[in-house]
Formats: sequence, C-alpha cells, structure tokens
Amino acid sequence: MRAVRNYLVFLIRSINQAFIGDWRYYLWIGFLAIWCLLGLNAYAKQYVHGLAITGMSDQVSWGVYIANFTFLVGVAAAAVMLVIPVYIYKNEELHDLVIFGELLAVAAIIMCLMFVGVDLGRPDRFWHALPGLGEFNFPGSVMSWDVIVLNGYLLLNIHICGYLLYSRYSNRKPAKWFYIPFVFIGIFWAISIHTVTAFLYVGLGGRPFWNSAIVGPRFIASAFTAGPAIIILALQVIRRVTDYHVPDRALLTLRSIVQVSMLINVFLLVNEVFKEFYTGNLHVASAKYLFLGLHGHSGLVPWIWTAIACNLVAMTILVLPVSKSLRWLDLACVLAIVGIWIEKGMGLIIPGFIPTPLGEIIEYTPTVNETLISFGIWAFGLLCYTLFLRMSVPILQGKICKANENGSDESESDQELRGVVMH
Amino acid sequence: MQKRKRKQPWTTNRNTRIMPIEPPKRYRDLPSPTAAHDSGISRRSFLRASAGLAASVAGIAAALTPLRDLDEFPSVEEFLQKHYKELGKEEMDEVLDRISGEVERQYGIRPHLRDLKPMNGVEFVYALNLTRCIGCRKCVHACVAENNQSRSPEIQYIRVLKMPNGTLDVERSQHDYAPATVPEKGFYYMPVQCHQCKNPPCVKVCPVKATWQEADGITVIDYNWCIGCRYCEAACPYWARRFNFAKPSIPKEKINPNMSYLGNRPRPKGVVEKCHFCIQRTRAGKYPACLEVCPTGSRKFGNILDPDSEVSYILKNKRVFVLKEEVGTSPRFFYYFDI
Ligand code: SF4
Ligand code: SF4
Repeated sequence: MRAVRNYLVFLIRSINQAFIGDWRYYLWIGFLAIWCLLGLNAYAKQYVHGLAITGMSDQVSWGVYIANFTFLVGVAAAAVMLVIPVYIYKNEELHDLVIFGELLAVAAIIMCLMFVGVDLGRPDRFWHALPGLGEFNFPGSVMSWDVIVLNGYLLLNIHICGYLLYSRYSNRKPAKWFYIPFVFIGIFWAISIHTVTAFLYVGLGGRPFWNSAIVGPRFIASAFTAGPAIIILALQVIRRVTDYHVPDRALLTLRSIVQVSMLINVFLLVNEVFKEFYTGNLHVASAKYLFLGLHGHSGLVPWIWTAIACNLVAMTILVLPVSKSLRWLDLACVLAIVGIWIEKGMGLIIPGFIPTPLGEIIEYTPTVNETLISFGIWAFGLLCYTLFLRMSVPILQGKICKANENGSDESESDQELRGVVMH
Repeated sequence: MQKRKRKQPWTTNRNTRIMPIEPPKRYRDLPSPTAAHDSGISRRSFLRASAGLAASVAGIAAALTPLRDLDEFPSVEEFLQKHYKELGKEEMDEVLDRISGEVERQYGIRPHLRDLKPMNGVEFVYALNLTRCIGCRKCVHACVAENNQSRSPEIQYIRVLKMPNGTLDVERSQHDYAPATVPEKGFYYMPVQCHQCKNPPCVKVCPVKATWQEADGITVIDYNWCIGCRYCEAACPYWARRFNFAKPSIPKEKINPNMSYLGNRPRPKGVVEKCHFCIQRTRAGKYPACLEVCPTGSRKFGNILDPDSEVSYILKNKRVFVLKEEVGTSPRFFYYFDI
C-alpha cells in the first residue's frame, strides 16, 4: 500500500513538473501543441473521407506514413547505442544519458505506432490485431511479429527508465536483478525491432527492390547513424536549456558511433548500387527510377541525390577531426539525419512500388493533408520527449526526490492529491 | 573526487542535493521545484494550468470538427462481429440479415445475399488463350458490373496489358491503350487478375487473417475483418488487390442483387478487395462474368479435379505457362497459346 502510495506521489510530482517552465518552455510546448492540433484536424478529415485524400493509390499503396514509421523504428533501436558502451564497456560518462536515450526510444515508438495507426483503412477494427481478442496471424505474418517486438520494446524501455528514475527519486540504489537483465534483453530487442521491420519488406518476393538480403543490414547501419545523431542533438539542447551537465566526452563517444555507422552505411549503399546496376537485369527498374528516372518519370531523383550528398558530406565531416568541434558535429548530425530520413523513407518505401508488379509507372507525392498528419505526429512525439525530459532532468539532478516530498516546495495540488491518495 | 564519483554513479546525486548547482544566470527565472512556492505562485500556476487545459479542450474540439461530416459509423453489432470462420450458422444468418438491411437502406433494393460454401471435389482454375484475346476490355467492365465495384472512384479487378510481340516482360507493357483500335499489329494482349495462387503471399502476410484460401482454391477476403493495412497489396506479385481509398459509390440502378458474403456484396470504405472468380456465380454452378462476356472465347474456367473438364484438357495438351513462375506462388491462372 505504502509502495503504491509512494509511487503515485512520484508520478504526480513528475507530471506536475511537466507543466512548470519559463516562457520559452511554454512557447515551445504551445508551438508543438498547435502542430498536434493541425495534425489531429487533418486526421479527422482523413477519417471522414478515407485515405483518398492522401497521395497514395493502388499502385503506390504505402507512402510517407510507412516511410516515417520505418525511419522512426531505426531511431528507437538506436537507443541501445548508448546502452552498449555503458553496460558492456562500463563507460560511466554515459550512465545517466542512457535514460535520455531510452526516453527517446519511448517517444519514437509512440510515433511509430501512431504512423501505423493513421495508415490503417479501418482504425476502428484495430482490436482484430490484438492477440487473444482478434485473429492474430502469428507467426505467419511479419507484421504480427512487428506488433509484438515494437510493443515489447516500448514496455522494456518504459520499465527501465521508469525504474531507474524512481530509484533515483527515492534515493535508492536500483536493484541490479530488476533492471540489468532487461537492459541486456533490450539490446537484442532493439536489433530485433529493426530486423523485423526490414523483414516486412524483404519478405515480399514480388517486389525485387526490397527482396534483397542487404536491406536488413542497411537498416541497422543507417539506424545506428541517425539514432545517435538525434541523441547528440537532443543532448546539446538539454545542455543549453537546462542546468544538467552533459560532458563533452559523452558527445564524443556518440560521435565515434555515428562515424563508424555512417561509414558502414555508405559502404552498404555502394554494394547495393553496384549489384543493381552492374548486373543490369530486369529487376533494376525500381533502382533506375530512384537514381536516374524511368521513362521520363523522375520524381524521386532529386530526393535521393540530396540524400546521397547529405550522407557523403556528413561522412566526410565525421571522419575529419573537425567534427570534434561541436558545431561541425551538429552540422554532420543534421545532414546525416536528413540524408537517412530520405534514404529510408522516400528512397526505400516508394521505389518499391514503382514500377508496379505489372510494369505500370504511377508516381507518388504526399498531399498537404497527409503531410500535416505526419507533422502532427512528429510534433506529438517531440512533445512527449520534451515532457519526459522535463520530468526526468530534475529527478536525475536530485532536485525532486523523496526527501523533499513534504518540504516547502510542494505545490497545493500535490498536497491535495496526497490527501486523496491516502484516504 | 571525480574518480570516485564515476565509480559510484548512484551516490553522486546525494552530493548534488547537498550542494545544489546554481542554475546559470539567464535561467534563474525558471521556477525550479526547489525554489519555495508561496501560495501566490501556486495559485498563479493553478490558473495557468486551468487556462491551458481549457485551451487544449477547445483546441481539440475545434480540430475534430470535420468529424461532423461522418455519415456512417459502424454499428455495435458490426463493430463486435467475429471473424468469418468463427461465426456459427445462426450468427451468420444474423450477419447476412443485417448486411441485407444495410444494402437495402443504402441502395433501395433488398439483395439476395448468401454465404455460399465451396463445393466438394472442386478446385477452380482459369485458363486464358493469348492467341485469341484481342484486348477489347469487355471482361473488365463485365466484372465491374457483376461485382458491384465502386464506379467512382472506379475499381477494376482485371488489367489488360498490351504487350509487344516477342517479350513476356510486363515492364514493356502498355496499360492505357485506346480500345477502339484493338487488336493492333505487332502486339498481343494479356489480361491479368487475381491468380488465386496455391501459395498466396497475400494470405501469408495479412496480420489479422482477414484473407485466406478456401477449399476450392479461391482466395477470399472478409470485408468485415480487414483492417486496411494494405500489406497484402504490397505482397501480391500480380497487382491484383484494390483498396477502397474512398467510400465506394455505385448508382442504385447498377446494383447486382445476387450477392455473396465473401464475394460481391458492396464493400465498406477502407478495406481491400479483388477478383474472387465470381464466387456468387461459380459456387452456384455458373461461369464467371468475364468468361461469359468474352467475344473471342479466350477465357476457360473449370474444375481441375475433374479429368474431363475443359481446363484439364488445356493444361494437359496446350502450351501453358504461368506469369512470374519464379516468385513461387503457383497460380491457378494459366495462359496458353493455341498454335
Ligand atoms: S494473385 Fe495476388 S491477390 Fe491473388 S492469390 Fe495471388 S497473391 Fe493473392
Ligand atoms: S489490407 Fe486487409 S486483407 Fe490485406 S493484409 Fe491488411 S488486413 Fe489483411
């Protein structure tokens, strides 16, 4: 009982914390909230009129929703890139930062689930996909695997972050057996979410552009580039807007991760391009459409070359010592994120559909409504991440802890709620 | 000090608490939770919170206004309806009755809606004579009429490819040729529709088992179970599946009242559909509509388990091939040449 009470007080205080900030904080939250509402409005329209108000068609039946989903699975998976150095190589610099990484994973998975949700034609029937309630096609369908691994990963990360933060709050040493096993499960799990998502596409024999063994490894390599790059940027923001101390060394450790992953990523890209174009068999059509344009259709060509340029510049900056300076590192990270977003999203999902299995070429451009929904989801994810950080930073700093529960710092609502909880 | 701290990370915060770090100057105004809250600030933050809450509620309500145009919402029975294979006889009758009522309300005609089951000892296959097909697309339109497909946007199950002589590569095909000029010299025509694969990737990938293969070889879809993820559409190597991006619209007078649950009953928005070998006809002993309308007799349909059937004869004696054999789907749809 007492434990429950303590936990509730912890939750209430953290949530309370999320609503406290200066005007900049409110401005940012307000800005995100407006985008969320615009997205919600766009989704309400889509719900009424159907997916017809997206740019998708029977020819290109998946679009930016699934593209963003794919990218974000990678971001979520990359949280482990912070976990590995801490728990395997005992790099304590990154210890607290692991929590920031895992919170990012939580926000990313929330976005992933939302992107899949808005892509469904019949969201009202989502319960058909619930194991036990509906008809779950397991293990036959890779998508059912994906449902399991994504939700499992969400729970794992919520558990690890929640437990570590609560221990810190109660000023107790976390019991190793209660989180270390999950940390190690999490490492494999992170690889699995990405591999399974790659298999979603790889498993389709009728789509030669996806049906290639290299897609899985490329997914992992690009995820481990874009994910830590996002974490680097997030940490810099944390460092600027809060008084939380993020050591430079931590950023540089992440830099070496991004560096190596980017090299592998570009290497795998070269492999793929070689295989597609040198053999020059019939299945090259999609790759040709992507890189060079096909029969006068070249909608994706500017995109992919932008991506390649971003990746190459980012790679160059990363391997040069200049990226030890944070400004250059930031630039490289932004470029890497943009490059990989295009490559994984527009560059992987869309050309898989062009030409269709019957050789028809129909291009795809997202509509305004579709774009608003996507922005809305991104805004919601960023909002979640902001609130998570707002709650966890003071706890990590020890500013909010069990010891000051009854102190003068308590707000009225806290006390009221405590009264409710105790009765 | 530094070193010790790093070795016992969980004790560092204790130190932090005893010696709170002074926030950088420009953020001093940020109300940190350790700063004493007098009741004034609390009241202010309470007001601020309520104002924020009110604004968000108003914002969400405003954002949701497009929902006012929602004309159909699934009824409770429809929402809770079980998977096709789990419906008992009586439950199925109720479902058929409910759907008939819906059709009647919408199109002003009481349909003859049945749930036809596969016949024993029957496995359907289709054979299409490429020597004869002239690419007139009569089958395409007969199919639309028979199967209550949406007219706007128009959904068609059959796609006729105009192929240059000398290749089987569909990437060299033309999809939007002008029918008045058919058949054109130097080309042959290849209609493609669902191949009712023996090893159907569409069935394998569906996360909710909304599509499956029946005993007579027809791959069907439960339109009341499909969640509209379109994974099957991506998986099909023959581009046979169509998605209802918008609510299908069919003029009242065009409705075909002879319906089957797994076949041509009107589909809701947001689910996939495809050719089902005219299940409402073929399971009642008739030929598919595309076969009946074909002016050249290019289309042959029948039971492959019957050694005396026309399709058995064709498969034994003609030069038969299947499209994209290399993807390993084993279609029940065969193409052949006469000569
Ligand atoms: S042709 Fe396509 S839709 Fe038809 S059974 Fe084969 S994979 Fe499924
Ligand atoms: S669209 Fe429907 S039938 Fe196709 S895979 Fe998704 S749920 Fe299954």
